[in-house]
Amino acid sequence: MSQVVIQTEGLGKQYRRGLRTSSRTLRDALVRLAHSPLAALRRGSEDTFWALRDVSLEVHEGEVLGLIGRNGAGKTTLLKILSRITRPTAGWAEIRGHVRSLLEVGTGFHGELTGRENTYLSGSILGMTKREIDRKFDEIVAFAEIDKFIDTPVKHYSSGMYVRLAFAVAAHLEPEILLVDEVLAVGDAQFQKKCLGKMEEVSHKGRTILFVSHNAAAVARLCSRCILLQSGMVLKDGPTHEVMSAYLRSGLAVSALREWDAADAPGDEVVRLRCVRVRSAQGEVSETFDIRRPVGIDLVFDVIEPGQLLAPNVHLFDEQGVNVFVVIDQDPVWRGRPRPVGRYTSTVWIPGNFLAEGYFTVRAAVTTLATMNVHFDEPDIVAFQVIDSTDGDSARADYAGTLPGVVRPLLKWETTYEQGPQV
Amino acid sequence: MSVTEAQLAPQSSGVSLVRIAPPKGWFALDLREAWNYRELLYFFVWRDIKVRYRQTVIGVMWVVLQPLLTMGVFTLFFGRLAKLPSQGLPYPVFYLAALVPWTYFSQALVNCTNIVVENQHVITKVYFPRLLLPVAAVSSGLVDFGVGFVVMIVLSLSYGVPLTRTALLLPAFVLLALLTALGVGLWTSALNALYRDVRSIVPFAVNFWMIASPVVYPSSIVPARWRWLYSLNPMAGVIDGFRWALTGHGQPPGPMLLVSAAAVVLVLVGGLIFFRRVEGTVVDRV
Repeated sequence: MSQVVIQTEGLGKQYRRGLRTSSRTLRDALVRLAHSPLAALRRGSEDTFWALRDVSLEVHEGEVLGLIGRNGAGKTTLLKILSRITRPTAGWAEIRGHVRSLLEVGTGFHGELTGRENTYLSGSILGMTKREIDRKFDEIVAFAEIDKFIDTPVKHYSSGMYVRLAFAVAAHLEPEILLVDEVLAVGDAQFQKKCLGKMEEVSHKGRTILFVSHNAAAVARLCSRCILLQSGMVLKDGPTHEVMSAYLRSGLAVSALREWDAADAPGDEVVRLRCVRVRSAQGEVSETFDIRRPVGIDLVFDVIEPGQLLAPNVHLFDEQGVNVFVVIDQDPVWRGRPRPVGRYTSTVWIPGNFLAEGYFTVRAAVTTLATMNVHFDEPDIVAFQVIDSTDGDSARADYAGTLPGVVRPLLKWETTYEQGPQV
Repeated sequence: MSVTEAQLAPQSSGVSLVRIAPPKGWFALDLREAWNYRELLYFFVWRDIKVRYRQTVIGVMWVVLQPLLTMGVFTLFFGRLAKLPSQGLPYPVFYLAALVPWTYFSQALVNCTNIVVENQHVITKVYFPRLLLPVAAVSSGLVDFGVGFVVMIVLSLSYGVPLTRTALLLPAFVLLALLTALGVGLWTSALNALYRDVRSIVPFAVNFWMIASPVVYPSSIVPARWRWLYSLNPMAGVIDGFRWALTGHGQPPGPMLLVSAAAVVLVLVGGLIFFRRVEGTVVDRV
């Protein structure tokens, strides 16, 4: 039984709302103090919220633990507390071993300094000693593939080069415990693959990793154990596939729903878009879908000027920005029929076992095809995630690794069999 | 944060055990931890110096030009025209001997005030003892000070003011200036993280501070009755002492310097405590 390297008990973090907008000035504070000294001392019941509440967990040496949950669930807050960047409000944590955190790409980089200088600066900030950086310098430059430009100031780098160098430095950290937050959401597909590979390498060396990501596919690939956080509390803690299923069931939508008032609804004098949402066959708006289940995208729009032919169309994009498909409403009920005034809800169904795992964004538009008049066109309007819970009846069958592909249809196979050796 | 770190020698393979919990009352200053991060301190100072000297040639020359120009203006208006006393020294030497340490101090203090907020991107992403930042801020100015110091020696010698043995004490006064800048800077950088207008108040206050220090006049013009109050200003001791060590003129350090030094220690310790208290919440506010 390997040693416990991270232990937390009742860990909590409370924030005061509006703390970041420090429009407070020293002069105001002094005036307030002069007017009512007691009021300044009294802690008012300010608007507070708990970003993290009563989190108790144990992480063993060598475990690769995934932290998943919606935005605002508390994943980054937990990492920040374990990284000692912010202090907990309640509870405690104990960590055995050196911790290094990767909460962003390019920590400490300064535009005026060269790639070489930034490698040393960032490496040192992230926790490497100068000797360590000397030793790994050539490896880092090779991983980043920027050999010729290493002595140019970083402000001249393209964003791709910047990310590659920043990640190359971070990838060569050799901590006992590594805390990673969403850093894999940067760079092109090929680079992301490289980064994931490097992370796997780190995990195989027996390091303990806590990995936060929206990319459930990456989490599923790297992590044997997962913790699902919601509203700052631990909802589920267990083997990845179990937690993933719980994630699917608990998903409450925010980015899967977008609504507008009449005043700011996109559109023109003919059509106004009022709502776009992603939902399950049961009608529930959701942000996450099981790969086997159909996904419905609703477009709710108001027609103000009658008599036009309108074709709603939906464009789907994957995480890399690749267009998966464009589909135009060919529902015979309205096709070729001038639309009367009223509210329309057009739904397009993406069948289950069709899309691959991953994060998809939706672009919604309504066009009059004959004149190519686009009444509204909203890119990145809603998004949803497709998760394969690896129960065995999706297209990946028993394979647990990464599968490429933008789509993952469950296609029919036929096999014939003849007994005995053939010549 | 009440952190108890049972850590063996840095970079050893011994296990480090860290306990993270909400702060209870006062806390250990934990300077040993800051010592373990000394390499990072070096990189912060190195970064500031590299970036500053990567500027244009004029930018680099400004290190020398600024005190020289100020000295010129002072010599003309306070010296030739107003005829303020100068302890028997030629005016340029009198003023420059004060301006070099003063420029170091005022820039170190301004840098220190801004440094935490300027590095907000780094402190919200990585842990290191935040104390490193103010210390780096007051240290990176030493390079500029070194350049100004050389110019000052050259000027002094060219005016026929010889260096005496007292010059060996110059580093002590520089150290006092550094500790003053650090002590006050710890307060102002923590306050600046809480209240963003501190950043503009400090340069304004520094101007007044200069007048309260014996930069354009010798401290001998302060009536003896008030001199103890005057010497609560640590920079009074620094400037007087600096001039005396460099030129041999003026009063040798005495009780006034002790009062100054005591003031520095108080401000420094208070600043350390205040800074550490605010440190944890800064990240939640930037």
